[in-house]
Amino acid sequence: MRFQDLQGLAALCIREGLPIHRLMLEEQARESGRTVRQEKMKMTDYYRVMKEAVRRGLTEDTRSRSGLTGNDAKQVEALRESGAGMLGPLGDKALAYALAVSEVNASMGRIIATPTAGSCGVIPGVFVSAQEEFGWSDERMTEGLFTAGALGYVIANRSFVSGAEGGCQAEIGSAVAMAAGALAELRGGTPEQAVHAVGLALKNSLGLVCDPVGGLVEVPCIVRNGFGAVSAITAAQMALAGVRSAIPSDEVIEAMREVGGAMPDKYRETARGGLAATKTGKRIMEELHPRRHAKREEAAASDEDGTGQGASDKDAP
Amino acid sequence: MRFKDVFSIIGPGMIGPSSSHTAGAVRIGRVARELLGSQPERVVIRLYRSFADTYRGHGTDVALAAGLLGWDTDHDGIPQALVAAEQAGMELSFVPKPDNVPHPNTAALQMHGGGRELLVTGTSIGGGNIAIVGIDEFDVRFSGSFPTLVLRHADRIGLLADVTRLLSAARLNIGQMNVDRTSRSGAALTVVETDGPLPRDLVRSIARLEGVSEVRKIDLTKRRRRT
Ligand code: SF4
Repeated sequence: MRFQDLQGLAALCIREGLPIHRLMLEEQARESGRTVRQEKMKMTDYYRVMKEAVRRGLTEDTRSRSGLTGNDAKQVEALRESGAGMLGPLGDKALAYALAVSEVNASMGRIIATPTAGSCGVIPGVFVSAQEEFGWSDERMTEGLFTAGALGYVIANRSFVSGAEGGCQAEIGSAVAMAAGALAELRGGTPEQAVHAVGLALKNSLGLVCDPVGGLVEVPCIVRNGFGAVSAITAAQMALAGVRSAIPSDEVIEAMREVGGAMPDKYRETARGGLAATKTGKRIMEELHPRRHAKREEAAASDEDGTGQGASDKDAP
Repeated sequence: MRFKDVFSIIGPGMIGPSSSHTAGAVRIGRVARELLGSQPERVVIRLYRSFADTYRGHGTDVALAAGLLGWDTDHDGIPQALVAAEQAGMELSFVPKPDNVPHPNTAALQMHGGGRELLVTGTSIGGGNIAIVGIDEFDVRFSGSFPTLVLRHADRIGLLADVTRLLSAARLNIGQMNVDRTSRSGAALTVVETDGPLPRDLVRSIARLEGVSEVRKIDLTKRRRRT
């Protein structure tokens, strides 16, 4: 790829007079050796999977294997349909759709990791609702996914996108930033505005820890996808209005890396801190995995400073 | 750059709930099957650390079964893969182990099938990416994300040169190559990752080289049956 940071990406787009999605598509084809058409088709296929996941999450039973979560999206959608929604037409849908996809994931349905399975609801939540509200074509949405991918590519390579490496800011935070920048461009924003949307969004999730109850991608993951979709719209709206990220977005990404690197191990997908370590969180863990629970307790006690194992996930690509 | 392209960010398409505990586990199972060269009849799967803790909730067990059936990460049948495996005549057992192995998500698959036995150890390193770290007593490291050759051979001088000559004659670039030997038997195992697809006759000519006892081709980028 010819860009390494967001400033470089925006500069390249301006110099070549291309939107981010088009530049990304051409760079992708060059990198993979496949044609622009083939790469577009693959992304179109992914978008179809996302829409199908929204549909399934709103209509089918999404109780998870553990029984901890499921079927909340339908309640949120019912409230919207009753006319009692409070987030406006776009936000109301985005919230319900993001929860729907995330519940499909938790119940072993088919999703697209964006950038991970834990954060797979944010982008479809924003994209499918925006498509319905603004009447956009599937082709346009596919383009938006290339924009999101370009922004995520920079974040992933300059910071991280997995909870095990950098906490939930790296998963949900990155997904929100990608969705925000893509929505800004889809709504006619300039590459620079899309880049500002990324910085604005990431600031709001800095420090978010990964603390999945019972070690499962369910609590708090699912609701964070719902919150994430709504904040992505908020960030895009600010950027389109001309709000700029006072700290340049590339520096916000660096800040995320710095914060994530300093996060104790217990806040990085080990299910030993935060919500996972609450009284109820521990009880759920005990019910789910009685055999290993005692051992984990010991490990947590001897790992109070959070510098134990698990950091070996750090170099995970 | 750790992430090479747009589809390592948007993707893979997969059955949930976890890119590391589900999608990665499918890939480990599938590489294991391809290394054995046929569908195993019986597999004892030892699970370590986070895999041992949460394999049921994450469907790591069904995911491994799906991989052993040769399925992709987004196969609709994954949630029912244990039943499908049984119907296909595969006997699977899962043994969570308390040992503190280096990587949090590790599985060791002891496979029996076609009159052979094979041990494959794999780790899931995040975002659906995996590393195969052991084949029988050999230490290896490869991801399955590139067309890969796994050769068992005698520790003969010049053999690797013969292999690279055949690869370059087929205009294939070697991305990575590693060799491990056992002092006991004088046997060696070599893993070669290439940049392009491996033609069948090339694999055949490598298999015919003096001293080569077995060649396996692994390529997770090639899609198999879906649904
Ligand atoms: S809490 Fe952890 S597992 Fe859940 S979405 Fe966030 S990063 Fe992923």
